[in-house]
Amino acid sequence: MKRIDAINEIAAKAQETDALLIGNIGIPCKELHHACDMPNNFYMLGSMGLASSIGLGLALSRPDKKVITIDGDGSILMNMGTLATIASQEPQNYLLIIIDNRAYGSTGNQPTATSKNTDLAAVAKGAGNKKVYVVDTSESLKETLKSMDNGIIVVKAEPGNTDAPVITLTPQEILRRFMDVSSQQPQEQTFHLPIEGHFRF
Amino acid sequence: MMSSLSADLTPSQSIFKGINYAGIDFIVSVPCANLKELIPKVDESPDIIHLPVTREEEGVGICAGAYMGGKKPAMLMQNSGLGNSINALASLNMLYGIPLLMIISHRGVEGESIVAQVPMGELTSKLLDTMDIPYFLPQKGVDPADLIVKAWSAVSNQKKPVAVLLPIPFWRKQ
Repeated sequence: MKRIDAINEIAAKAQETDALLIGNIGIPCKELHHACDMPNNFYMLGSMGLASSIGLGLALSRPDKKVITIDGDGSILMNMGTLATIASQEPQNYLLIIIDNRAYGSTGNQPTATSKNTDLAAVAKGAGNKKVYVVDTSESLKETLKSMDNGIIVVKAEPGNTDAPVITLTPQEILRRFMDVSSQQPQEQTFHLPIEGHFRF
Repeated sequence: MMSSLSADLTPSQSIFKGINYAGIDFIVSVPCANLKELIPKVDESPDIIHLPVTREEEGVGICAGAYMGGKKPAMLMQNSGLGNSINALASLNMLYGIPLLMIISHRGVEGESIVAQVPMGELTSKLLDTMDIPYFLPQKGVDPADLIVKAWSAVSNQKKPVAVLLPIPFWRKQ
């Protein structure tokens, strides 16, 4: 399977569960935007390595919402420490999906350490994460996603990009649109006062 | 109205008071010896989600996510961690307009006993200037709690990272 096959499955899961979805820098974001643009998507355009951390902060601040991050092997290798932070926090609403195509796909498919000896699922487990699954087909990813709202999935994929176009939203537009959903607090009970005379608050 | 000088408070207690006045409710931390009294206070506060992070750059990302979730985020850190965070501060916070308060123990300045702290100590304010990140310094006669409140107000007005630099002499009282 290619990265885009995984992105299609993950976007479908996010839509079904109304999850907030963090897209990783580079071509993964463009592919997500092209495959399934929605207000629940945050497209991370810079800060390589931090998609997993952004998703964690969001999940901890919004325990009432499901959060999914689409990350990559190169990005996780750049910010491995966050796997330990996620394990320490054990957020019940956070699903981190690492699409491991063993290459820096956005910069010319240079091989990453996972093309040699590094096993990201073992790293994630070693960091203390209890629920870590590895899948290598669209079908197994779809099946695993059905029962998972937290934990880590490592998706073994082949290198390769689609020709998804550049995202034309500005960073400010991406953030505003996303925060209209992500920062909207759950509806609290409202009290209606009888209208009598004039009130000044 | 803000209270007057926190004369009876330790530096850490004053900063903690400022954090509460500012309504900061999400904090990540990377320790410094000067933060050893403040971090447990933050950790024990029922009003603040606190998590220790492995590296300041990671903290920048986590705080950005918290802001998107409606929180008021801050990072407790040493100035050495500014060097670990620069790309994220620029290509995440500055790019999108994401607020972050950095409460920084500023090492490598007057009173430093560890020579390795000096290079980053001397570079810290220059790096902040270059990045156009406003920073606040403690002043005689100004309540440190007010400093935090002012810095947070700059964060939320300007929608960008803002630093509070707290050098070695500031922490001597505790």
